[in-house]
Order: sequence, then C-alpha cells, then structure tokens
Amino acid sequence: MTATTASPASVQDNAPRLAGDLAIWFFILAELLAFGVFFAAYAFTRANNIELFNTEQLELNRHAGALNTVLLLTASYFVVRAVQAAEREASRQCANWLLASIVTGFGFLVVKLTEYAAAFAHDISLSSSPFHMFYLSLTFFHFMHVILGLVILIAMWNGARQGRYRPGDMNGLETGAAYWHMVDLLWLVLFPLVYVIH
Amino acid sequence: MSKSMHGNPRTSTLLWATLILATLATWAMGALGETGTWGVAVLAVISFWKGAVIILDFMALRHAPLLWRALTMGWMVVVWAIIAIAYIKGLAQ
Repeated sequence: MTATTASPASVQDNAPRLAGDLAIWFFILAELLAFGVFFAAYAFTRANNIELFNTEQLELNRHAGALNTVLLLTASYFVVRAVQAAEREASRQCANWLLASIVTGFGFLVVKLTEYAAAFAHDISLSSSPFHMFYLSLTFFHFMHVILGLVILIAMWNGARQGRYRPGDMNGLETGAAYWHMVDLLWLVLFPLVYVIH
Repeated sequence: MSKSMHGNPRTSTLLWATLILATLATWAMGALGETGTWGVAVLAVISFWKGAVIILDFMALRHAPLLWRALTMGWMVVVWAIIAIAYIKGLAQ
C-alpha cells in the first residue's frame, strides 16, 4: 500500500551508536577502572608471594568457579535474547528471557555462597593471608555487583511484562543489559586470574 | 529493514555455545593439571577472546563509535598486559 521509504529511524540504526544511556557507559568505565586497579594489585602482590599464592589458590574450588562462569555467560546470553525479542516487539518473550537470566544469575549467587560457607568453615578470613584478603574482597566486591545486576534485571522483567520495551523505546532495556554484561566481563578476568593462573 | 545492532538469535546462540565450549576446554585443562607457562598463555588468550565477544557482540560495541570500542577493548588489553607482566615477573623469582 505504501512505498517503502528509508525512515529516519532506520538511517539512525545503521549509524554508530552506543546501546543504552551514555551515563551507564561512564559508570561502566569507572567500574572497569576500579576493578582494573584491584586486578593489578592482585597480580603484583602475587608476583612477590608466589609460593603462598600458589599454595592457597589450590584450596579454592575451581569447579564451582567454572560452573559460575557458565552461569554468568548463559545469563548474559539470555539478556541478549531478551533485547532481540524486544526489537521484534515480542514483549512476552522478552520478559521470559529476562526471567531466565534472573534464575541463572541467582544460581551464581547460590554457588558463590556455598563457596564462602566452605571458606569460612576453614577459618579463611580477610586477615588470614594476603591471598585470602584478595580472594574474599575481589569476589565479594564482584558478588555485590551481581546482586545489583539482579535488581536491575528484576526491574526490567517487570517493565517487559508491562510491554514497556519496543523498537524505538529500548533505552531502559539496553542500559540495564549493558550493566549486566559488564558484571559478566569482570568475572571473565577475575576467575582465571584468582582461581586458575598458577 | 535495517540490520539490528543486537544481532540475531542464531548468531548469538552460536557465540554462546562457543563461549561455553571454550570455558569447558579451559576447565578440562585445569582438571588435567595442565598449568605451566604455556597453559597460562592459552588460558589468557581464550579469556581475552571471551571478553572480546562480550564487549563487541553482547554489549553491541561493535556498532558503537570507535572511541567507546577503543576504551573498552583497550581496558582489556591493558589488564591482560599487566597480568602477563606480573606473571613473568613472578617466574623470575
């Protein structure tokens, strides 16, 4: 019925742009820098205490760490699917993918809590050694980011159920998704650095 | 219809499967006791690649202005370079 014309929206879609609010990207940069400093401090403290770090690292549950990597990668993938569903105006699917990512994200917390329970049962604390100090503070700092990420995902799930996200009105969803992916990205450095590199 | 910056389900699923396979591969390396300098180098390269997929594809920075791609990918390069330098310093001990 109507001739196809290039709408301004489609022209904009092809121009480079950041997904989500500019503000979240500044926030993400600040977070990356903070964690970067932590990672560097860990790496150089380890370089000066190789034997201690190598011995105590073996006490960590690598299997739990690897399982948590799978959980976070999967939760991120579910968030991508949620964004793609919103682009197709499939609000219900968007909400379902977000719910799947929330469940997977909670799985990460459960695995981490069992790990902490085991550590505390072995009298591991912030002051028991430099390695334990880094292990607990780095993973707990990250743990709190996962909790915040889950709060955001739950808020977005609520929004998606009300049909809030659709093409042209994706900003809220993209902003929250970017934060969640950052949490995943940080773990992809933290896990090999603290659990595996020996 | 313009191409979405968030990719399509098929490509994303393929990327996710590859990320999981890479994770299982490094997990198996660890389980088999494959550490040592070469093991660490392989692990670092795989971890870097996984981070790049998250940044470029999942965060859709592939379609962002160059500055933002450079800032985020640059962060990964710097972080892994620091880890590598510290690791090599530790070897010399």
